[in-house]
Amino acid sequence: MNASTSRIARTLLLAALASAVAVGCSKKVKETPPTDTGSTGTTTTTPIDDGSATRPGAYGPGDLDTDACLRNKVVYFDLDQDALKPEFQAAMACHAKYLRDRPSARLRLEGSADERGSREYNLGLGERRGNAVSSALQANGGSGSQITVISYGEERPVCNESGEGCWSQNRRVELVYSAK
Amino acid sequence: MARVRRTPRFALILCSLLPLGAFAQSRPLEIDIVGGNAAALPIAVVPFGGDAGQTDIDDIIRADLARSGQFRTIGEAGLPERPTSGAEVAYPTWRMLKQDFLLVGRSLPEGSGYRVEYELFDVAKQERMLGFALTAPAGAMRDVAHQISDAVYEKILGVPGAFWTRIAYVTASGLGRQSRYALMVADADGYGPRTVVNSTEPLMSPSWSPDGRRLAYVSFEGGNSGVYIQDIASGSREKVASFRGINGAPSFSPDGNRLALTLSKGGNPDIYVMDLGSKHLTQVTNHFGIDTEPSWSPDGASLYFTSDRGGRPQIYQVPAAGGSATRISFEGSYNASPSVSFDGKKIATAQGAGNTYRIALFDRGIGGGRWSMLSPGSLDESPSFAPNGAMVLYAAREGRRGVLYAVSADARVRQRLVLSEADVREPAWSPYRKK
Repeated sequence: MNASTSRIARTLLLAALASAVAVGCSKKVKETPPTDTGSTGTTTTTPIDDGSATRPGAYGPGDLDTDACLRNKVVYFDLDQDALKPEFQAAMACHAKYLRDRPSARLRLEGSADERGSREYNLGLGERRGNAVSSALQANGGSGSQITVISYGEERPVCNESGEGCWSQNRRVELVYSAK
Repeated sequence: MARVRRTPRFALILCSLLPLGAFAQSRPLEIDIVGGNAAALPIAVVPFGGDAGQTDIDDIIRADLARSGQFRTIGEAGLPERPTSGAEVAYPTWRMLKQDFLLVGRSLPEGSGYRVEYELFDVAKQERMLGFALTAPAGAMRDVAHQISDAVYEKILGVPGAFWTRIAYVTASGLGRQSRYALMVADADGYGPRTVVNSTEPLMSPSWSPDGRRLAYVSFEGGNSGVYIQDIASGSREKVASFRGINGAPSFSPDGNRLALTLSKGGNPDIYVMDLGSKHLTQVTNHFGIDTEPSWSPDGASLYFTSDRGGRPQIYQVPAAGGSATRISFEGSYNASPSVSFDGKKIATAQGAGNTYRIALFDRGIGGGRWSMLSPGSLDESPSFAPNGAMVLYAAREGRRGVLYAVSADARVRQRLVLSEADVREPAWSPYRKK
């Protein structure tokens, strides 16, 4: 079995794992009160959208900045790897739920690599990581039509020191909502 | 006075270079020479007589010849005599100084420019090897100097010089929202950098058209990677690829009619060839691994590229019309970014082992092929051959910034080109300029 086949197998395994985690996570999410319930008597200020946000337990745009799970918008990877680490499964589940709750939302997955190795190859690596996050979101029930994967390779670093401390920050996928 | 052959055609050609001056000028690259070559040929370049305006022609020629690693020059202070024409040359003087070759010259105002005459002598044989004159506008005197360097290099070594060429490269500064990127073009000695494109989004992978007039490159200005082709002199450009996914790694075919590139519209990065007339795409590779960085063989029949189909990135070769790919690199755990010499015999790669990436040279002309190391590392990348195959330009990391180096293909002489402040990367050496 070559490396690529094992990578696919690993991705599938993790996606299955992610689905399992998703069930647990979405249950927890339902217990979170909607953000605007705290402001009593001002329900008329609720933003007009597709209406899904008003369903109990459904995410609304404000949750992207306030919800403890949805605030995780960066997924980090190991060197030369595109496999999702278990610690990011919860974030996959809640962002997938957000996409389900808000069909009008659009998500850009911006994949990146550290500076080592060829720039064009790293574009490919960044795309693989973006695709891995996309697969995990879809395994959790997010729709592929809401997701776009963009790779920046090593062209958009968040730091530029040569060392693992910085490299680990650059091996990432950023979740950017182009429509909330 | 020595007989000098007139070559008025230079005047016309150099005039056409003038529009380049319209580009914004920024600070030139600094150049340091690292290392030396004991076997370099001694040549005395005597200060040229007469007047060539602001340009020190002999100084540029001395720097060119020294940078090549093939020649050793003596400074002006060490010159006992300063002949400016053949009639004034006393061979014993130069024999005593152990000089193999002697270059003298003079310039004279002519029209709106200058006429530069030069003569090259073989000291041991007491013979004149070259005698020419070039006429050009005052603003093109650096071009004249590089052309003289090219002629001297070719006459002595039998290989065309690549001094009168240019380099393209990308600069970057800032992080995050403060990031600024520029695609630049400068003379091969780093002089006269000009901005071709500025952007707040990443720019990547410049590739020269074979006529040296256009650059293909990758720009993220549309929110995703796209491949553009731009005319350097006029600035007019065309977006040739903006498919879903990666649009990267453009490379002009040797005839200039096709563009090899990487597209991931099929789900993962594969190599395609675009007919630039019809924009018709031919898919060359179809593999679930990452296939990228196509580079043409000089005959245009095949493409070298980087692929991790075997696990880690290595160099493969495939017919340009498609077909089965053959692995070329078997040394080093990581090989990427192939650059092929004009004769197809040498391939430079960025070779990785652990955290060290160095520029490696694979010479296919020796036995079953032999590898040698051209650079010390540790994060060297993006090799690009000079059009004569004698030098390789590459990018290296120094602290938080990138700098460019040019190294002779025998690895004996390296020169460092530093652009102040910004991070300099992805050098691409131009083809020969058209006379």
